Amino acid sequence: MKYIALIYSDPAAAPAFDSPEFGAFMASYHAANERYSKDAVLVLGEALKSASTATTLRVRGGRTETMDGPFVESKEQLGGFYVFDCENLDEALKYAAMIPAAQHGAVEVRPIEDYGRS
Amino acid sequence: MTDMVDEAAIRTAIAGVVRGDGGRLLSSLVANLRDFQLAEDSLQDALESALIHWTRSGLPTTPAAWLMQTARRKALDRLRRAANFRSKSSQIALAEEIIRADRDAGEKEAISDDRLRLIFTCCHPALDSRTSVALTLRSVAGLTTEEIAKAFLVSNEAMAQRLVRARHKIAQANIPFEVPRPETMAERLDAVLTVIYLIFTEGHSSSDGQLFRINLCEEAIRLVTILADLLPDQPEIEGLTALMLLHTARTGTRLSGTGEMICLEDQDRSQWDSDRIAAGLELIQRALARKSVGQYQLQAAIAALHAESPSFAETDWAQIALIYAGLFDIRPNPVFELNRIVAVSYSQGAEVALVALDGLALPLSGYQPYYAVRADLLVRLGDREAAGRAYRRAIDLSSSPAERQFLKRKANVAPRDGE
Repeated sequence: MKYIALIYSDPAAAPAFDSPEFGAFMASYHAANERYSKDAVLVLGEALKSASTATTLRVRGGRTETMDGPFVESKEQLGGFYVFDCENLDEALKYAAMIPAAQHGAVEVRPIEDYGRS
Repeated sequence: MTDMVDEAAIRTAIAGVVRGDGGRLLSSLVANLRDFQLAEDSLQDALESALIHWTRSGLPTTPAAWLMQTARRKALDRLRRAANFRSKSSQIALAEEIIRADRDAGEKEAISDDRLRLIFTCCHPALDSRTSVALTLRSVAGLTTEEIAKAFLVSNEAMAQRLVRARHKIAQANIPFEVPRPETMAERLDAVLTVIYLIFTEGHSSSDGQLFRINLCEEAIRLVTILADLLPDQPEIEGLTALMLLHTARTGTRLSGTGEMICLEDQDRSQWDSDRIAAGLELIQRALARKSVGQYQLQAAIAALHAESPSFAETDWAQIALIYAGLFDIRPNPVFELNRIVAVSYSQGAEVALVALDGLALPLSGYQPYYAVRADLLVRLGDREAAGRAYRRAIDLSSSPAERQFLKRKANVAPRDGE
């Protein structure tokens, strides 16, 4: 069963690019990714560029309206995601807890709808 | 018995079977069907069917077995009907297999494992704790949705919806129907105990004379007893059981004839339930001997000191203050610190206590007992004016009529007491 882990965090709370903690932070992502591959649970995982690069659009009456910025304005931004293929929620939560950003931000874990594919 | 049996008598009999065996039946069904909602719906179908059949031909020899078999057939019916709309043939094959293999016969171990799985599923940390409370009462304790709705003062519809949403999440997010692995056991057991203790405290705080409501304190004790049977020798389970027994031993002395709360100091100790106290004391001693201390054991140890003391004045307050300090170390909850300060006020004096209390002004600024304690300390130190202000704040914050009545009387007699 597939789960998506949506990573929300305040960019200011993560170690800055030029800080001494940054190297360790990236190393912990590397370690998590290795574990995911080793356990063969990783379907996909990506980091996103900052929310200031986002564009939100709506189609209303056949017209596309666009807005500069993310759909929800808040301190915590969607910063990346993983898709895991796991037995059950407990397993998915176990892997999601290994995401380094969970230490300062939050990770929302949701099952992916399968529409009877399996 | 071929005569038409009284329907009301059958309804009572069915309610009795649900109370006694409902949790066990449901846990076996969930284990069989791997679908919480389907299990619940099929059991309801079987109960409706029982009302018709048993009214016509009397109770079967083993009503629980009858219900189990019927519920499985109903599950199969439901799956077949659903198959017309969605292809679920593999699920039907599975269900047919399940129905052929009657797991009830002699598999006592499997059944108690199912029951444990059900408890851990209902109390899964991915569910909101209020939802876990409702689901546990419904599925493990076998209460009806109506009874639970009444106990929590919400409408039937709202409660039914909460339960359906919970089962939906369990199914859709694939919350496993499993006993947790050893490495997560402590954490998960803690979640279960939290849910049971929430049921208990809800019952404790709402016990002022609402006769039509289910006794949630007794339900909590029943649940922890089931849990203790399934997971023996766990000190925190024993600790929580002891805590609840020792607290309920005093239930009969907590309210006056006019419905006013009676504080510990004024309770008639000769009326405390000595059987419950004996059972509670034995359990907490056994738990503490296992040398793996936890918050429920410590709280029970405090309740035990109160229970064993011949009078309020002779209570070992210094020891109680120490245990509260230990509790605060493992659970830094300001309420434990408030209770420690109360104990300190009796072992070291109200003045020392009042100074310590200032540290809680901020974290407990909206908490009624903080002001009641403050008022009491001020009365003992002779500051009536400040005491009056604190009592008024406590009365404003109180949501229980029994407690308000008590506080109002205290506030009124406070000045005269100080003379």
